[in-house]
Amino acid sequence: MLVNEKVAIEHGLKSDEYKKICKLLKRTPNITELGIFSAMWNEHCSYKSSRIHLKKLHTKGKKVIQGPGENAGVIDIEDGDAIVFKIESHNHPSFIEPYQGAATGVGGIMRDVFTMGARPIANLNSIHFGSPQHKKTKNLLRGVVHGIGGYGNCMGVPTIAGQTSFDSSYNGNILVNAMTLGLVKKDKIFYSKAAGLNKPVIYVGSKTGRDGIHGASMASASFDEKIEEKKPTVQVGDPFTEKLLLEACLELMSGDSIIAIQDMGAAGLTSSSIEMASKGNLGIEINLNKVPCRETKMTPYEIMLSESQERMLIVLESGKEEIAKKIFDKWNLDFAVIGKTTNTKNIELFFDNKQVANIPVNTLVENSPMYDRKWKKSKLPKKNKIDKTKLRNLKIKDTLRKILSSPNVCSKEWIWQQYDHTVMGDTIQKPGGDSGVVRVHKTDKAIAATVDSSATYCWAHPLTGGKQVVCETWRNLISVGAKPIAVTNCLNFGSPEKEENMGEFVECVQGISEACKYLDYPVVSGNVSFYNQTKDIGIKPTPAIGGVGLIKDYNKMITMDFKEIDNIVLVIGKTEGHIDQSLLSRIILNEKNGPPPEVNLFNEKNNGLTLLNLIEKNFIKSAHDVSLGGIITAIIKMCIKGNKGIQIKKPKFLINEIEYFFAEDQGRYLIEINPKDFKEVTKILDKNSVHYDEIGKIIDKDMIIDQKTKLTIDELKSYNTNWFKGYMV
Amino acid sequence: MKSSVITFPGSNCDRDMDVALTKFGFKNKMVWHNDQELPKSDLIVLPGGFSYGDYLRCGSMASKSKIMNSVINFAKSGGLVMGICNGFQILVEAGLVPGVLLRNKYLQFICKNVHVKVDNKENTFFKNLDKKVLEFHIAHNEGNYFCTNNQLKEIEDNNQIAIYYCDQNGNTNDQINPNGSIKNIAGIFNKEKNVLGMMPHPERMIDESLSGEDGSIFFKNLLNNIK
Repeated sequence: MLVNEKVAIEHGLKSDEYKKICKLLKRTPNITELGIFSAMWNEHCSYKSSRIHLKKLHTKGKKVIQGPGENAGVIDIEDGDAIVFKIESHNHPSFIEPYQGAATGVGGIMRDVFTMGARPIANLNSIHFGSPQHKKTKNLLRGVVHGIGGYGNCMGVPTIAGQTSFDSSYNGNILVNAMTLGLVKKDKIFYSKAAGLNKPVIYVGSKTGRDGIHGASMASASFDEKIEEKKPTVQVGDPFTEKLLLEACLELMSGDSIIAIQDMGAAGLTSSSIEMASKGNLGIEINLNKVPCRETKMTPYEIMLSESQERMLIVLESGKEEIAKKIFDKWNLDFAVIGKTTNTKNIELFFDNKQVANIPVNTLVENSPMYDRKWKKSKLPKKNKIDKTKLRNLKIKDTLRKILSSPNVCSKEWIWQQYDHTVMGDTIQKPGGDSGVVRVHKTDKAIAATVDSSATYCWAHPLTGGKQVVCETWRNLISVGAKPIAVTNCLNFGSPEKEENMGEFVECVQGISEACKYLDYPVVSGNVSFYNQTKDIGIKPTPAIGGVGLIKDYNKMITMDFKEIDNIVLVIGKTEGHIDQSLLSRIILNEKNGPPPEVNLFNEKNNGLTLLNLIEKNFIKSAHDVSLGGIITAIIKMCIKGNKGIQIKKPKFLINEIEYFFAEDQGRYLIEINPKDFKEVTKILDKNSVHYDEIGKIIDKDMIIDQKTKLTIDELKSYNTNWFKGYMV
Repeated sequence: MKSSVITFPGSNCDRDMDVALTKFGFKNKMVWHNDQELPKSDLIVLPGGFSYGDYLRCGSMASKSKIMNSVINFAKSGGLVMGICNGFQILVEAGLVPGVLLRNKYLQFICKNVHVKVDNKENTFFKNLDKKVLEFHIAHNEGNYFCTNNQLKEIEDNNQIAIYYCDQNGNTNDQINPNGSIKNIAGIFNKEKNVLGMMPHPERMIDESLSGEDGSIFFKNLLNNIK
């Protein structure tokens, strides 16, 4: 096939990008080479619109062993142990084919983690759908949940936490972000940097088929009405093969055969071979006739661009081929020596004894395009004047019912019961809490993990929203008694070619960076997903943050369920009554505008660390962070989980009751303490200048707000659980 | 007491079972599916997971693997064999216990705690058990036990039903049935009651910090019964 500018544009390249390729090569590329360029230079693989801004992220810290740039980030959890983790998007494929899209998203992120030598110990996910009334939502939700479960359950890795939201901005573009944590010994981490000349390059895992060709390019474009035609670009997953691949790789990794290893994810054999060569500053030579193929007559172009799943590329020590082959034979996986490392610094491909591609590696990586796109700064919206009489006239009971049964607050048990969350026998906090917690096998340590996003806040003011999401995950970790260590981010945005969307991206990143820096909570891995838009309509900016923390003694883990009658409940952190962008404002007052709650990083850090100190001293019986739906929603969740009630002490505040209960001010937690510890606890809070209110006392089975307002826990529970069951019938 | 846990390609509860057996005093060995011979054992366990990716039918390919000949001979000569979850599916496919396991009634994977009623204590697995109702954990997509009416009659006549899904007080009814199993059957014996297949995972309930401790009661009792 003849290559010209038109063919290049059909490959998703821009006209000037094509010219740049010809200039770099000093000739016209052939079709295989063009395919390789298009795969490496698309947004998904090259980060061409985001790179310049991602550099600003805070990525350093004492606990960071590996920051962004590898298959996943790595943090130190002491005693020679390390946690490898990352979050990744699989948005576009999941919208086209929800089951396979979500399943291969989970498969891909697990491969990223075990590529580094770590055994996956927990999965999480952040999934976002259009309005529940939209005709596609129900099927997409069902398909995505089945896909996530289908893959993760089969792998035998527990899915311990997640987040689900509904918003009409996702009607044409759902989000599926999958996160995996793995455990590895600090001195047994594997990297993707090739080293040494004439070392054998090995292909292992599934055979290569025609599935997923141009998957990464598809993920780098907006959707239009021809979306259904893109179904063949969605990969098909086989978790069984991945389970075998996991066991085989870990078995090989226990020896000393591997120099470098890289999974074949987006852009398959192309990106994996080029990344290994690029990092090692080497060349690589591949004989494509040696690649195990599922179908006959596959062309070099197809072999290089296939995104068939469950494959790995390994650079072995010379002479270790037999040892390695034996292991992969045992697990019934394909094993083939397909090439070697060279000193040419080029990627050279051969097929039927002919050279079919020869490209300098640096033209694909270092010389890939980088754009400083135009972006628009967002102004902080003006506060709404809230009609106080309207607020005063709201009936607490009705308001609560509406909030608790709203799709974004209600219990997500329907979802997480379909995920195996207990396999591996170390899950000590299941989904439905503030963070999922797994023990570090056979130790007293435990790892807490959470994933969060707040699209509404980010949409209202990206800078504040970016900070807020980081803080929310920080609070989720503190609430279970974990010391937050680091985060991974999945940055889901609309088209970077639109100034508003690019502005949302830039300012969210800035917010994330500021918060991470202040909290000493660095970003160690992540991924960017642009072009989440159909025609001209983009999603609300949705950076999803996955936070990871350490609990040194798992016996000190905290859960949110109320524990004992007569215990006292305090609110930590000050309630100013911020209603704009709250759930109350959006679903009860029907007000969409206004600024998100302000994030005060000093308070956030101070309140969080003080609470950790109280937990360390064994004063805290239960804890829960205050987020969507405010104090009252948080209290009710604690009541429901603990099957206990509360006698609420009427707050003596200037702001009215509704504002106090439903405001979404940041930096707040609810804690349960024993009355005998009250003095000691409040002394510590005072000493650290942490504001607190006494909100109530735990009683049996009822929530009593005042003499007129009394609700049974069963009633509240039914509000909270019925929506989902009714919706998914 | 010696136990062996078989690892098939795709097994994923093999380690959990090893941890549980070892914790309660078994000397456990892991056995590869491609081996011919079993180590000397007092108990053989087929663990949960997705052997052969559930391809064809859950458990069917694993039931034909090399080691299964030895497992079948071991069972026929009276040795104790226990299949949990996918292990139960393998036992069914190997013909060691009667019936089949269909997809769950609501066509969904279910992962949650359940209560099971232990009715039949005249066997090595449940003999001397103090409790009548145990809290176990299920995690499966195909646990909907089914058999023909004739088979059911035979099973009931021979007292082969091991455990039933029930509420915390031991009542069995449709509401409490998580997957649509006939008669709320959660586990079943062979005629001789030396082979037990059950969907719930006792190995996930062996520690206060996990979902509960009734698995500990089960394993301790089992060890004492074998001694």
